[in-house]
Amino acid sequence: MTPPVVAGSSDTTGASKVLGLRDFHPFEAFGARFLYMVPSAGIFRMDDCGSAILDALEGGPRTEDDLVAELNDRFDIDRILETVEELTEIRAVGGPDAPKDEAPNDLPPADFPLNTMVLNVTNKCNLACTYCYEYGEDKIVDTQYGSQPKFMSEDTAEESVEFLLRQSGSQPKAHLTFFGGETLLNFPVLQKTVAYARRRAAEESKTISFSLTTNATLLKPEIIQWLADNDVGVTVSIDGPKPVQDGLRVFHNGRGTYDVVLPKIKELIATHRSRPIGARVTLTQKHLNVLEIYRHLTDELGFREVGLAPVTTQEHRDYAITPDSKDSMLEQFEELAAEWLEHALRDEHHGFTNVTDTIEEIHKGVSKAYGCGAGLGLLGVATDGDVSLCHRFAGSPEHTIGSVADGVDREKQEKFLVDHHIAEKTDCHTCWARPICSGGCYHEAHVQYGDSSHANLHYCTWVRSWTHTCLEIYGALAEKNPKFLERFDA
Amino acid sequence: MKRLKPINQKAGRIEAYLEHEAAKARGDLDVVGLRTPPHEQDGPHYPLGCSLQFSPGWEVDNRGGTAGLCQPVERDIFDCHISCFWPAHVPDQLNHAPDWTGKCASAQKDWRKLDLIFP
Repeated sequence: MTPPVVAGSSDTTGASKVLGLRDFHPFEAFGARFLYMVPSAGIFRMDDCGSAILDALEGGPRTEDDLVAELNDRFDIDRILETVEELTEIRAVGGPDAPKDEAPNDLPPADFPLNTMVLNVTNKCNLACTYCYEYGEDKIVDTQYGSQPKFMSEDTAEESVEFLLRQSGSQPKAHLTFFGGETLLNFPVLQKTVAYARRRAAEESKTISFSLTTNATLLKPEIIQWLADNDVGVTVSIDGPKPVQDGLRVFHNGRGTYDVVLPKIKELIATHRSRPIGARVTLTQKHLNVLEIYRHLTDELGFREVGLAPVTTQEHRDYAITPDSKDSMLEQFEELAAEWLEHALRDEHHGFTNVTDTIEEIHKGVSKAYGCGAGLGLLGVATDGDVSLCHRFAGSPEHTIGSVADGVDREKQEKFLVDHHIAEKTDCHTCWARPICSGGCYHEAHVQYGDSSHANLHYCTWVRSWTHTCLEIYGALAEKNPKFLERFDA
Repeated sequence: MKRLKPINQKAGRIEAYLEHEAAKARGDLDVVGLRTPPHEQDGPHYPLGCSLQFSPGWEVDNRGGTAGLCQPVERDIFDCHISCFWPAHVPDQLNHAPDWTGKCASAQKDWRKLDLIFP
């Protein structure tokens, strides 16, 4: 950053300086106006004078003297000049020739620590969900007849643990997530890996935490007890009430899974009390009643957290969400988000994690150079030990950047980091939501455009609307219950 | 910042940065300790303790950084001459300057009140 400009001063010719609006996104809550600064992602609350200055500049750039003359009947001159100075310092206003702020095209340091590793302990699944990105029509790896083993061996899993501990550098904590296929098909290796990782982490004076994703069909009392005893976080892939779940989440013979998973999930939630059990919903064109799905999963099944994500697929599939349906989905998300806010204002928990996650990023003011941590702080491991950008690319040769045995190919990784940097996504450079979106999911882009470095342009309107909604929620909490936001401090 | 209110954590960091830049422009930077946040670290830096690698907790921690100092540097001046095994370069409080720390009840707040002592 350059040193702040002293406002109220004139240039050497004595002319009053010209001021115009720079890059930010305004939003309001309870009558207060806030600015979300782009690209820094800082949020500032305006007072009356600040709002009046911004309103005046809406009509186009003008000189500071003109601005003072226009507002002097409402605010005294010192207050106007001080506010202009502060607005200049945070870069909300500036001269028309002020340089456009861009995220610096800096690559992360080469020894950037690995925080999370996702082990695909199997690429086999006992379900045949039509939309699955691993087995369905948009799969990028031949999981059925490909060369990779169906199950990760104990040796590869242990090597993966060593890789994680080594790559986590001086970080005291690391996280291991088990993924599939259906994770529990390889429960024996999972059990041994947790024990091994815990012992090895202790030897390295580190702590390691665990989580897994499962379709819940294979849960048994002894597995549930083991998950609870070992403090393994569990996310259940589930789509909603019986007609929704049985529509696309089916066994290979086409039979629906709802009746099978219902009692198992109830037992899991009743037994596993140490970590909140989350539901992860894939939304498709076939079933888009978000409110009904959310209510069913929280009120009737007892999930504490529910995250919903639209299906990743090409636009011509019959389950791909159409543009009109995206609008309806957004309206329902907004309705749930309003409910989330009502709860937060009363200091109560609400399980709609899509809001919780976004609010946390807004609170911290993250300004991302990359859509997510894939290929950097997060890596995926295929069943044979190949290391890929994330679990969604596990086993894809094009997206493999090393192996747990030989380590990361730094040249490949650097090329990935250069190609996927926000600085390369020129489509994003005029978007105010880029600090928080940064182009979005690489896998979504790969399926949609055949290029993981492409910005997810088909979601731009959606992401901006959703981010705006979450900013309004954040502003409302800052006004009425700022203490609630302290839980996101860490 | 008088007129605008920083709301989220990033805005707080921007405000801290701007305050630091303003102080720098005024030539008004204070002495900073070893634990000072990075955006304030280009102020005058006076090493405040000894630099014995085998006694981590002063200039550097046992990894060569400052994140794991065993105590705030402001405390060193006392802990050194009263409780530490290592003799510090502080006035002879037993004989020559018994009231040297009289105005300094809390080192972290009052260290500026420690006077120079001339033999």
